[in-house]
Formats: sequence, structure tokens, C-alpha cells
Amino acid sequence: MRPEDWLTQFIEIVAALAAAPIFLGWVSQCRAWLQNRRAPSLWLPYRNIRKLFHKEAVIAQNASRLFRLAPYVVFGTMVLAAAIIPSMGTRLPLVVSADAIALVGLFATARVFMALAAMDIGTAFGTLGARREMMVGFLAEPALLMVIFVASLLSASTALPAITEHLATQTLGLDPALAFTAVAFTLVLLAENARIPVDNPSTHLELTMIHEAMLLEYSARHLALMEWTTALKLFNYACIGFALFIPWGVATGHIGPLGLAVAIPTLAVKLALAGGGLALIETLCAKLRVMRAPEFLATAYLFAVLGLLVHVMLGARG
Amino acid sequence: MPQIALDQQLLDACAAVMLLLSFAMLSQRRIVSLVNLYAVQGGALATATLLVAWRTGEGHLYLSAALTIALKVIFLPWLLHRLIRRLEVYWDTEPLLNVSGTMLAGLLIVVFAFGLAQPITQLASTATRSAIGIAVSVVLLAFLMMITRRKAMSQVVGFLSMENGLFFAAMSATYGMPMVVELGVALDVLVAMLVLGVFFFQIREQFDSLDLHHLESLKERD
Amino acid sequence: MTTIFSSPLTGCAGLLAAWGLIGLAGLLRPASVRFAGRTLFPLGAMAGLALAAIAGSSLLAGGTEQLVLPFGLPDLPFHLRLDPLSSFFLLLLGASSAGVSVFAGGYFRQGEGTAPGLLCLQYHLFLASMGWVLLADDAYGFMVAWEVMALSSYFLVTTQHRIPEIRRAGFIYLLMAHLGAIAILLCFGVLQGGSWQFTFDAMRAAHLAPAWAAAAFLLALAGFGLKAGLVPLHVWLPEAHPAAPSPVSALMSGVMLKTAVYGLLRVTLDLLGRPVWWWGLVPLILGLFTAFYGVVFAAVQTDMKRLLAYSSIENMGIVFTGLGLSVIFLGAGMQAVAALALLATLYHCLNHSFMKSLLFLGTGSVLHATGERNLGRLGGLIHSMPWVAWLTLIGALAIAGLPPLNGFVSEWLLLQSFLFADRVPHEFVNLLIPMGMALVALCAALAGYVMVKFFGVIFLGQPREPSLAHAHDCGRLERLGLAWLALGCVLLGLLPFQVVAALGAVTRQLVGAAVPQAASHWWLLAPVPGRAVSYGPIIFLAATAGVVALTALVVRLAYHQRVRRTPAWDCGFGSLTPRMQDTAEGFGQPIRNIFQSFFQIERELPAPSDRTPRYRIAIADRFWRTVYEPLGSSVQRLASAVAFLQQGRVSVYLLYSFVTLIVLLALALFA
Repeated sequence: MRPEDWLTQFIEIVAALAAAPIFLGWVSQCRAWLQNRRAPSLWLPYRNIRKLFHKEAVIAQNASRLFRLAPYVVFGTMVLAAAIIPSMGTRLPLVVSADAIALVGLFATARVFMALAAMDIGTAFGTLGARREMMVGFLAEPALLMVIFVASLLSASTALPAITEHLATQTLGLDPALAFTAVAFTLVLLAENARIPVDNPSTHLELTMIHEAMLLEYSARHLALMEWTTALKLFNYACIGFALFIPWGVATGHIGPLGLAVAIPTLAVKLALAGGGLALIETLCAKLRVMRAPEFLATAYLFAVLGLLVHVMLGARG
Repeated sequence: MPQIALDQQLLDACAAVMLLLSFAMLSQRRIVSLVNLYAVQGGALATATLLVAWRTGEGHLYLSAALTIALKVIFLPWLLHRLIRRLEVYWDTEPLLNVSGTMLAGLLIVVFAFGLAQPITQLASTATRSAIGIAVSVVLLAFLMMITRRKAMSQVVGFLSMENGLFFAAMSATYGMPMVVELGVALDVLVAMLVLGVFFFQIREQFDSLDLHHLESLKERD
Repeated sequence: MTTIFSSPLTGCAGLLAAWGLIGLAGLLRPASVRFAGRTLFPLGAMAGLALAAIAGSSLLAGGTEQLVLPFGLPDLPFHLRLDPLSSFFLLLLGASSAGVSVFAGGYFRQGEGTAPGLLCLQYHLFLASMGWVLLADDAYGFMVAWEVMALSSYFLVTTQHRIPEIRRAGFIYLLMAHLGAIAILLCFGVLQGGSWQFTFDAMRAAHLAPAWAAAAFLLALAGFGLKAGLVPLHVWLPEAHPAAPSPVSALMSGVMLKTAVYGLLRVTLDLLGRPVWWWGLVPLILGLFTAFYGVVFAAVQTDMKRLLAYSSIENMGIVFTGLGLSVIFLGAGMQAVAALALLATLYHCLNHSFMKSLLFLGTGSVLHATGERNLGRLGGLIHSMPWVAWLTLIGALAIAGLPPLNGFVSEWLLLQSFLFADRVPHEFVNLLIPMGMALVALCAALAGYVMVKFFGVIFLGQPREPSLAHAHDCGRLERLGLAWLALGCVLLGLLPFQVVAALGAVTRQLVGAAVPQAASHWWLLAPVPGRAVSYGPIIFLAATAGVVALTALVVRLAYHQRVRRTPAWDCGFGSLTPRMQDTAEGFGQPIRNIFQSFFQIERELPAPSDRTPRYRIAIADRFWRTVYEPLGSSVQRLASAVAFLQQGRVSVYLLYSFVTLIVLLALALFA
């Protein structure tokens, strides 16, 4: 690995950390516009995180060490995930340590720690949130894995950069099998990031919330880390989507400053569009009842499997 | 992996979209959306037909594409929408099998259809032969949709979608049926649609509902 | 001593004999817990470690050794053989039983059941017989060892034999074990192929017609699948595992189930030689179904040991899936990929023996400390039992398949081999296999659900019963046993490269290929033939830990570290009682809803007007009602149909014997 690859790696991580809250802010801004509300500032998530870091942490008396450890673990896994997703360049030194399956494993680790931490205090909401999160997770995780497998079968590798490089060089990047998986991936993205129609990021209404219910007992720096993680997770998912479905613009090969000069604005444009699209979906959809969420996710899972079948079927061209 | 020609890729994409729409119809509960999905499926079919026509230069395929657009994208959906408004059936009730179950069954059907189409695929010499499996799936999925619904309206959409699948199968196996057959089928569908429309009004007159479980009382023995 | 340890095979045999002697020594002072616990069990653990060391070095050397013991039946001496396959499973046996034995030393107490000395004998006999199964090189010795294994474990399961349910569980176990043994016996009968030589060497040399070979394979699958808990032959497993004392459950689940995998591997890939590709479909489909069935049932259990038993069923399903996949690839002539799938199978066996033993031992400690195995009466134990809680957490995370622990590695290998499915040259099959991949992914995710439930309900939250506040952490020996197994989970997860390299000898022996080790780095696993895919758990861990540490440091330096402890907030609702938490039933509710049609649910709901509302739900295995009960009653009917033979008069019985004798003699005369 050359030094400039390490530089790309470093820039990617820093950019992810910096851009994730802005992306979240951008989505809420778009949502507000679409719903004829006055939009909050783009920097609101930042201010929120900063404010939380300055506060004194209040922790329940019966919280164990697991509770205090979890925000750091969850944050760490999400940063590593950001490091191995080729959002700007495909020559990333850390990628040798984790392919796409390990990426899904990383997300699973974050989810399990979050759920365990939510159960630690033993409140009604905490366990409820943990249960629902695991319910969403056990269907969303295989769906995501299937989405990735379709791309892996197309490019004969499970390493994300290899997939991106392969797909970026196709004449018509959109393989029919990828059409199915794109639908599945969108559904998974919505569910995994606690967006409408599965969860609502902007309310704390007991009967419907999933993600927020798990964070109720957190405060101050722990909450700040959790919120930052949430933003990072959305950012990561968006970048996975770009890597699989619209890989153009990512710098392939050993890139110098020129490659990054193309890749960074491209990423910004993609993020802006994706944020708008996400806000549009959230505005057009109604929140599902929690009991309907498994059906929604099962649909995602089956679409992903269908993508796999279509790949094999159309691939059988003699 | 060898590079595949652009029109081939587009054809594959059309086939995939048709299958996608079949599954979307399978999971859709609102009848209005069901009809819209049907219209889009007709559109995908017409696109595929046009592509094949352009590729093979068979003139009658252009005609059948035009027929598809006129009938399946414009006229029948319009007719169905009118019926929906007149009959005021916007929602199907809860289907007999829940969505996940239906989808799972659909998945198995796709696997089965693929196995079924395998020998045909090997015999056929058309460029579109890899889509035969998908076409058979579309037919069987439409069948499945008709089985799992309660409202007559959604069953009709299922029936129409089945016809789409048959048409697509014929096109991918032998570049379409002879023109006479095609016209005949189109006429059949049209007439069936009109007859069913009359039928709906009769059913509603009789039972005050389009829910087909009322028909169960028509059997002779309990 | 030097002569015994001069060769690995005699060393292993000697250690098995040592286990037998340690067991017999227990009879010297049968009533003394101290003698058995403090002396004999740790000695057994040492023997286990030594066995692991010898087997491990023999595995690395990759050689094969044979030995004919000078005793046995006349003309039927016991043959022993140590090759890479048996070395690997002996390594597994020695290494994980060492942890279990140490733990058992601190675990067994004086109680109602079997006396400690006798228990010690049964326990070590069980260990020795498992070792013997792995070493046996003739059908006769194999079957004797297999039966000793079944019997000794039966006695161990029924340690608490005064409880009727446990006696019933033991009976079911024994019955099923014998059905399996019959299938295996028949399988060996087919395998000898008319030579009437029952050594494995003769079986390797025999040429079977394709139909007979398939029959032998299916019989082996039935017999060994029964031992491994393959659905629908799994019913004994969730009964027997919870009934046994925890160290025994750990051994049964961790090691004994693997002997079944060993047996099937031995028959399919060694004795039968070249398998046909479609054979693999049977274990693949059964394995997938088993995995799914097991994990769904695990998610709705309320008894912690039953939950783990169902989770074992799931894991065995995954193992069989890998095995089936390997056979398919091998039959299709893709040796390198077959080696990859086989590697995943073996690796998962090793992982599961560590993870599941760890979890069963953890439940044992909880059971001792609280006297409860119902998840609904536990909770909050992380405060009173920190050692057990944190060590069990490692096992739970590992079995949930989370990186960088060991469960993930085998799952990763399995999924990687699944990704070659589209290369299988059979049209329809390569469509079915991706569905299998989807199912494996679903099972892995559900395993996470199960483990969050398992760990969260037992160790986190508030204690659901007041008595739990007085729970005590486990003793030193128990801690040592748990720590050893947890260490195994971590190391197997972090050093996959070394494990895979060691397993190369086994895959070379069975499928004639080993996975390539493309990367030359010791910290990087890159076993996929022809694809540049890698996984480096150490960097993975280091990067995550680095970020965590850095974050903690920055937060510590930049912001104040003040923490205030208050009562839980819980959205401002005042009185928070432990009963407001999810119970095990509550946590399993989504699964129960989604997979409703899978279960046979019996529900008792309270009416709104009830003064003392009662909510009860019972979930039963459908297979009991649909398969086993009709089977049982038809056997009963058959038995009563022939009951007229029982006349109660001695002369009638003598007549039966006489007639039989005459018939036989007549046959001998005319044949």
C-alpha cells in the first residue's frame, strides 16, 4: 500500500465523521421544505452533539458497565464501517481486514450492543425498543446480505472495492438483478435507519418508536455518541447504496489529488440527491403499524432473494 | 464476464421489471394501485415488444406493440378505473394468505417456473429465450394472485396480468404468436373484460358487495 | 511412559485409558465430592489438554497411523487409526472437554442424584468412549464405543433420576440413540460390500454398486443425523440436554454431537470414497431446514437450557448444510471449493464446541446460584455474578456470529463457499442453492436475536425475583473452566489463518485439496480459491479498539467526565418495577407472531374482569403430534395385535421354541 492510499483512507474517515451530521441535517431540511415547514439549520445535528458533549452524564443507578461501554463500541464499529465502504476511492488499506460480509457483521455487532445496552436498565421502554430493534434487524440483516451477494455474484468478489470497480466499468451499470436488489436495499435502508415507514426519527411516541426507545436512558456524551452513530449509520448506508448502484465517480485505482478532486464533489452531489429522495419517500409514506414492519422487511428480503434468482435465471444464457 | 449488447441488456431489464411488477401486484392491497401496476406492466411489455421488433425487424411485432399500448396501457386501465369508481371498491380486504406468505409462495413458484422453462430455453433459438422462465413465472404469479384475493376486482386484474405473461412467453419463445391469434386473444380479453364488468354489477346487486366469499353460499350442500 | 508416548496414536489411546482409570478411581471414595471434584476432575482436564496437544501435533504433522489392539473378541481385534480427520476431532474433544472438566470439578455437589464417585466414573467413561469412537478403525469397535457413549451419557442425563420428567427424557434419549445405532449398524452392513470384513480398510477397498452406495449414505445420514439432532429426528435433544447437569449438557452439545458429524464425514468422504453430487442435496436441504427450525424454536423458549438445546439444533443444521454443500461441490468436480465448504463445516464444529460448552456452563453457574432455569425469574445477574456474565457474553456474541469472534469466521467461510453456487454445472440446483444462502443468512441473524434474548433476560435489567440479589458468583475452578472456553472463542476468532492452515491436512485427506493461502500474512485469512477476498480479524479488532480508545480519550480530555447516578428515568414514569420489563415470552413475541404457523401454540388469556389475571402460553413441537405420537400409537397397536401370543402358560412358550427350532432345522436341511 502506498502512502497516498493511507491518505485516502484517512480523508474518507474524517469526511464521513464530518459529513454524516450534515447529511442528517440535510434530510430533515428537505423534509421540512416538502412539508411546508420552516427548515431547521443544516448544522443543527452538530450543535446538538456539541451541546450534549458539554453536559454532565446522568446514569441510572443500576446501570452496569456494559451500558457505559456500549456507546463507544457502537461508535467504533460504525467508524470502521465508514472506513471500509468505498465512498471516494477504492484503494483503501483497511479493506483487507473486512469484506462486505464483515461489514454486515459490523452492523450486527452495533445492533446487538445497542439492544443489550437498552435492556441493561430494565425499563419497559428499553426492553421494548430492544425487542423491536432485533425484530427489524433479523429481517433487515439477511436482506442486506442478499443485496450484497447479488453484487458479489456479478463481480465474483465480496470485497466492496472490487464490486464497485467492477460495476463502475459495466456499459449499462444496471443489471436487471440489481433492479430488484435496489428496491430491497431502499427498504432495508429505511428500516435500518429508523425512518418512516418503519420508525419515525422525529417523535418519541411510545407506541411506535423503535430506535429512540433504546436511547431513552442515555444522556450527555453517551447520547452524543449514539446520535453521531445514528448519523454515521445513515451516511454509511447511503454510501453502500452508491457503491452498489451508482458507482460512477468513485476514484478507482491509485488516485492522486485529481481523483479526489472528482470524487468528493461527486459524493456531495449524490448525497444531496439521496437526501432529497429519502425526504420525499418519508413525506409520501405513512408510518406502518409496528406489526406491519416484519411484512415490510420480509418484502425487502424476498425482493433481494428474487434479485438473486433473476441473476441466475438470466445468467443461464447459453 | 463477456460484455452483453445494450439491447439485450435492456430486454433483460424489461423482463426483470415485469417480474418485479408481478411481485408488486402480489403484495399490493389497494385496488387502484393494482390497476396502475397493471398498466405499467403493459408498458414494460410494449417496450420489450418494440425492442424485439427493432432487433428482428419483424413488422407484425410493431403492430402488436401498438395494440398492447392501446389496449393494456390505456383502454383497460381506464375501464377498470371507471369500474372502481362506479362500484366504489378501493381496497381489497385482508388477503387469504398474508403478504410474506404470498411472497414466499411466489418465490417458490419462480424457482419452479425456472425449472419448467429450462428445457424450452434450451430448445428455443430466439435471443430472448432466457426470459422464458420469467414469462412463465409472471403467468403463475398472476394465478397465485387470483387465488389469494377475495375481491372479484383484483381477480380480474390477476387474470389480465396472466394474459400479459402469456404474451411475453410467446414473444420470448418464438417472437410472438401469429397475428391472427394475437388479435383474437386481444379481442377475447376485451370481451371478457366487458362481460366481467356486467357480471360485477350483477354480483353487487345480489349481495351488496364484491367480496367473493358470498358466492360460497351458492353451493348445494353444506 | 516413554513407549506409550512414542507415537501419537498410542499416546491418544493411553490418554483414553487414563480417563477410564480416573473414572474408576472415583469409586474409591464414591461419596466424597471433594476427592472427585478437587482431584479427579482436574486430572481429567489435564488428560484432555494432553490429548489436545498430541492430536494437534499429529494434525500438523498430517500423518496416518494404525494399530491393532491385542484384545477384543476372538478373530475380531480392535483396530485403531489416527489420521488427520480423527486428529482434528480428538483435538476438539480434548480442548473443549478440558474446560468442561475443570468446571465440573467445581460444579458437582452432594445431592439427591447419583453419588459423586459414580458420576465421575460415568463422566470419564463418556469422554473415553467419545475418544474411542474417533479412533476406531473397524465397525465392531466403532459400534461398541458408540454404544458405550450412548449408555454412559444416558446415565449422566438421568443423574437426577428421582424426578419423573428427567427419567422420561432419559428414556426418549436412549430409545432414539438405539434407533440411530441400528441405522449405523445397517450402514456398516452395506458398506462391507459382500466381503464380510468389518475393518474400515476393507470397506474402503470395497466397490459398491451406485444404489448400494446411496443406501449406505442415506443410512449413515439417518443414524448420525439422529445423533446430531437433524430435524425431524431432533426430538430427543431438547429433552435430554436440559435434563442433564450443565457440564454434561455442555459435553453432549459441545462434543457428542460432533462425533455424529465425524461419523458422517468418515462414511461419506472416506469409506465411500467418491460421493455422487446429488447426495449432498439431502444433508443440504435437511440442514437448512434444521437450522431454521432450531433457531425459530430457540427464540420462543423460556427455559434457558432448552433455548440452548434448540440453538444446538440450529448449529448442527448449519454444519450439515456445509457438509452437503461440500459433497455437491466435490461431486461436481470442484475440489478447491469443496475444500472451502468442508473447512467451514469443520471450523464450525470446533467453534460450536467451544461456544456452546461455554454457554451451557454459564447456565449451570446461574442455576447453582439462583436455583432457577426459567428465564422469567432471572434478570440483573451481571451485578451479582460479573465473572459468569462477562464470560458468557463472549460466548453469546460468538454464537450470534459477530466479528471478530469465532462464530463469524465459520459463517464467513460458509457464505463464501455458497457464493460459488452459480458455478455448479446443474441448472436447477444452482438456482436452489442461492435460496439456501438466503436461509443461512436469515438463521445467522435470528441467532443474534436469540442471543440478545438469552443474555439480556438472564443478566441484564432488574432482578425479576427478590431472591436474585443474593446470587453469588461462581467458584475458582468454575471460573477457570469458563475462562478457558472463552479464551478459545476469542483465539479461534482472531487467528483463523492458523486454524485454516492446520485444517488443510483434513481437507486434503477427504476431498483431495486444501484451500489456497493466497496472502502471506499470518494475520490475514484469504482462503477463497481464485478470488481476492480477505478477512483480518486482528486488524479488524485493532481498528475498532483503536477508534473506541481514541474516542474515549478525546471525550475524556476535551469534556468533563462527571457522572451522576440517579434512579432510571424511563420517560418520567415514577415507580418502575421489575415486572415492567419484557419477559422471555415478551421478547419472543415478534417471532411467535411472524412464524405462527410453525408452532403449536396453546394460549390462555385473561379476561379484562379477572381479579388475578393469568397469562399462560405453551409452545409445542409440531413433530411430536404429527410424527411421533402416531408412530408411538401404531407401535402400541402392533404390540397389542401380537399380544395374543402371550398366553401365560409355560407349555405354550415351550411350544413356540420348539416350532422355531423345527423350522430352523428344516431350513438348514433344505437350503
